[in-house]
Amino acid sequence: MNKKRMVMGLLITILLAALACDKILPGKPADDSILDGPIDGLTGEQHQMFLRGDVAFNDDVFTATNGLGPLFVSTSCGSCHAGDGKGHPFTTLTRFGQTDSTGNTFMQLGGPQLQNRAIPSFMPEQIPAGAAFSKFTPPANTGLGFLDAVPDNTILSLADEHDADGDGISGRVNWITLPPYITHRPGTVERNNKYIGRFGKKAAVYDLMQQTANAYNQDMGIVSSYEPYDSYTHAEIDPEVTNQKVLDLVFYLRTLKAPIQRNQHDADVISGKQLFLNIGCAKCHIPELKTGDYSIPALANKTFQPYTDLLLHDMGPGLNDGYTEGGAMPAEWRTPPLWGLGLSKNSQGGQYFLLHDGRATTIEAAIKGHGGEAQASNASFQKLSATDQAVLIKFLESL
Amino acid sequence: MKQYYLLITLLCSTATLYAQIDPVLLRNTPKDTAEMKMNMDAIYNRPFLQLGKLPVALGGYVEANYQYLKENGISEGHQFQMRRLTLFVSSAISKRIKFLSEIEFEDGTKEINIEFASVDFELSPLLNFRGGVVMNPIGAFNQNHDGPKWEFIDRPISATQMLPATWSNVGFGIFGKKYVKDWVYAYEAYFTNGFDDQIINNAEGKTFLPASKTNADRFEESFNGSPLFTGKVAVKNRKIGELGLSYMGGIYNKYQEDGLTLDKKRPVNVFAIDFNTTLPKSKTYINGEWAWVHVDVPDTYTEQFGRNQQGGFVDIVQPVIKKPMMGFEKAVLNVALRLEYVDWNKGSFKSTGGNISDEVFAFVPAISWRPTPQTVIRLNYRHNTQHDILGNPPSKIAGFQFGFSTYF
Ligand code: HEC
Ligand code: HEC
Repeated sequence: MNKKRMVMGLLITILLAALACDKILPGKPADDSILDGPIDGLTGEQHQMFLRGDVAFNDDVFTATNGLGPLFVSTSCGSCHAGDGKGHPFTTLTRFGQTDSTGNTFMQLGGPQLQNRAIPSFMPEQIPAGAAFSKFTPPANTGLGFLDAVPDNTILSLADEHDADGDGISGRVNWITLPPYITHRPGTVERNNKYIGRFGKKAAVYDLMQQTANAYNQDMGIVSSYEPYDSYTHAEIDPEVTNQKVLDLVFYLRTLKAPIQRNQHDADVISGKQLFLNIGCAKCHIPELKTGDYSIPALANKTFQPYTDLLLHDMGPGLNDGYTEGGAMPAEWRTPPLWGLGLSKNSQGGQYFLLHDGRATTIEAAIKGHGGEAQASNASFQKLSATDQAVLIKFLESL
Repeated sequence: MKQYYLLITLLCSTATLYAQIDPVLLRNTPKDTAEMKMNMDAIYNRPFLQLGKLPVALGGYVEANYQYLKENGISEGHQFQMRRLTLFVSSAISKRIKFLSEIEFEDGTKEINIEFASVDFELSPLLNFRGGVVMNPIGAFNQNHDGPKWEFIDRPISATQMLPATWSNVGFGIFGKKYVKDWVYAYEAYFTNGFDDQIINNAEGKTFLPASKTNADRFEESFNGSPLFTGKVAVKNRKIGELGLSYMGGIYNKYQEDGLTLDKKRPVNVFAIDFNTTLPKSKTYINGEWAWVHVDVPDTYTEQFGRNQQGGFVDIVQPVIKKPMMGFEKAVLNVALRLEYVDWNKGSFKSTGGNISDEVFAFVPAISWRPTPQTVIRLNYRHNTQHDILGNPPSKIAGFQFGFSTYF
């Protein structure tokens, strides 16, 4: 065999290796570029629980054999919440049937959630004629433990239901009825047997246990001992997921780290934040909150930067779909946290899908959609110079 | 339906030709005098050991490796793997009736499979009858998958994660060959048990043909009573190489039970093309396969489950040193490269019109040393770039694999 050819061959190999060199073993993406991963300060035992919850969230795919459906929306938590980030219109869910605080009048017709997929031989649901509905794009699941650990009293203190300070922004609590399996958080506030909802786009969910049990049941047709009724037959059936799995999953959601801001010290980002404060965005998107005492020490008494007040705001007719939950009005939405906003594209297939149903494909469009209580600050944003607008967006993208 | 006609025409057009079957089945020498072996001959084209004058021959291969891979910066550490131990037994029941079985132990004893166990009756070289557990001749890899034949430690992704290699089923069929000067023409056609609804009902959460392999009942009863048809035509020229066209199709769902209708019949159709050649001057060996999968997924499923898939691989193997090394007379050192790609979900989202991703691309440069043709020691670098269904920033897996595979 001739030497030349051998040398050639070896050269090709070396060249290929060199081409791959900088990525020869793929590095870990920077912590501030991804949303998954646990908060700091967990014990080894807690890490194990987190890992079990991670598996339940991302790797447990349900099939007809292990309980899926028969009606469902998707087959795993992770399929809608890719990388724990915001979802895509493809994984949007639809809810229908409630138009005011008196409750859902379409419960007998499959409300509130539309299960628009079915295992073979079953017919999926359709929105019943005359039912008001709204579409919901999956939110990011990060930093939820911090939000869960905010005391009820903090949320109440931010509310200004009758706009006593006359700034045009009220902020209301969604008072909800709790399912029996919920354990109250310490110092929880009760009014007429109702409690403060803080999760979900209508703030109609008390805590991550309720969110998880509901998601299993309504999104995947998986029955647990907490939500024992099959979403199709409405009959009480054997649990299709163990209590331990639900608890692991709740622990995972609680201990997912908060998004880490990037370019925090960039001059534009700093002045963008100032503009954000100046034009009143921060009246709803409150930059900083503090947790109280909490069952997971790593989350207790911490300040964090979610950019939300966890309250409902009337967002005007443009965002009123006519559908609502709990005591919220159809035009009312809970202020979404803005942390992680700049990383949304990485889980939404390279593009933004913002606002509750993903209708805004740019941050500018999301701001433009703000009406009602946010009309004034939207107007102030529109009056900013193009440079100032860009600087403000740059700040939002750093979150 | 069209495919069936095409196939039947192709089959008929070869029906008048004449071929011959490998007569050297049980010799100790694996040498292939005709040198016109095709992928379909792979099961018999292996080194067998004969026990004295007994009409039974034994063989097998083993492969083991070490690997260190990282996925997005996180590694599972150093892994030693016993991937496969395969045993073959073949016997000549009479001059023109032979039996061969292949039993495979994967990942230690985690999986034990009968890959092949069938009896061949040679009626004429052009018409042989085969029955038992057969390997469905879709593409080339499924039939020709022995570890020692490859310079790469991992099997091609498209062959094992899109097509279900190794994919064997119980059934019957016919095959034959015809030699004309430098050409050989061949066909194979089988009816076997086939897929089940795990194709769209599996832990992968996507359309995934290999999921049906977990149904061990398929060796005993058909999931829905509809046979799976697999057919292949292939042609080889001594100088040019071998080209194969194959088709596999059937109904995968349970559409009726006890005479009651449950669902409409849902077909799965697979087409594959394979090619291999050795360039005359440089002795570069090129081997590739590409396949298309079409599955009738119920409308009640989202786009998460692909209706169309495609994927394949190409291996380029360049011998660089061919001379006695360390006392091995026929030692060869190769450099090689595999490029592979699978798209599990071709199409676009109804909601946005955007492209559905769910795909992987990999390249695997390799160095392999063959002290003898039946043994390979190989070093691979693997680099996979995998996109989720939405096309988010990819997950990257890369690392080194080192191992051996040898017939014994
Ligand atoms: C079909 C897609 C889909 C599936 C499957 C799904 N989710 Fe969700 N998830 C959503 C949507 C849409 C929302 C927003 C709903 C709302 O706000 O009321 C949401 C909201 C949430 C929230 C609330 C976040 C917040 O900021 O208020 C949590 C927590 C959550 N999901 C966890 C889960 C878990 C755990 C699972 C699996 C057991 C799961 N999800 C399965 C789509 C999905
Ligand atoms: C009155 C309270 C309020 C004010 C003031 C306000 N927002 Fe919002 N913001 C909301 C609510 C509520 C939503 C969610 C609306 C929906 O989902 O339809 C929202 C959504 C957003 C979103 C989309 C987030 C997502 O995850 O989809 C962005 C970005 C945003 N606001 C930025 C701003 C900026 C910038 C300002 C200042 C110009 C501002 N907001 C002022 C309440 C407010």
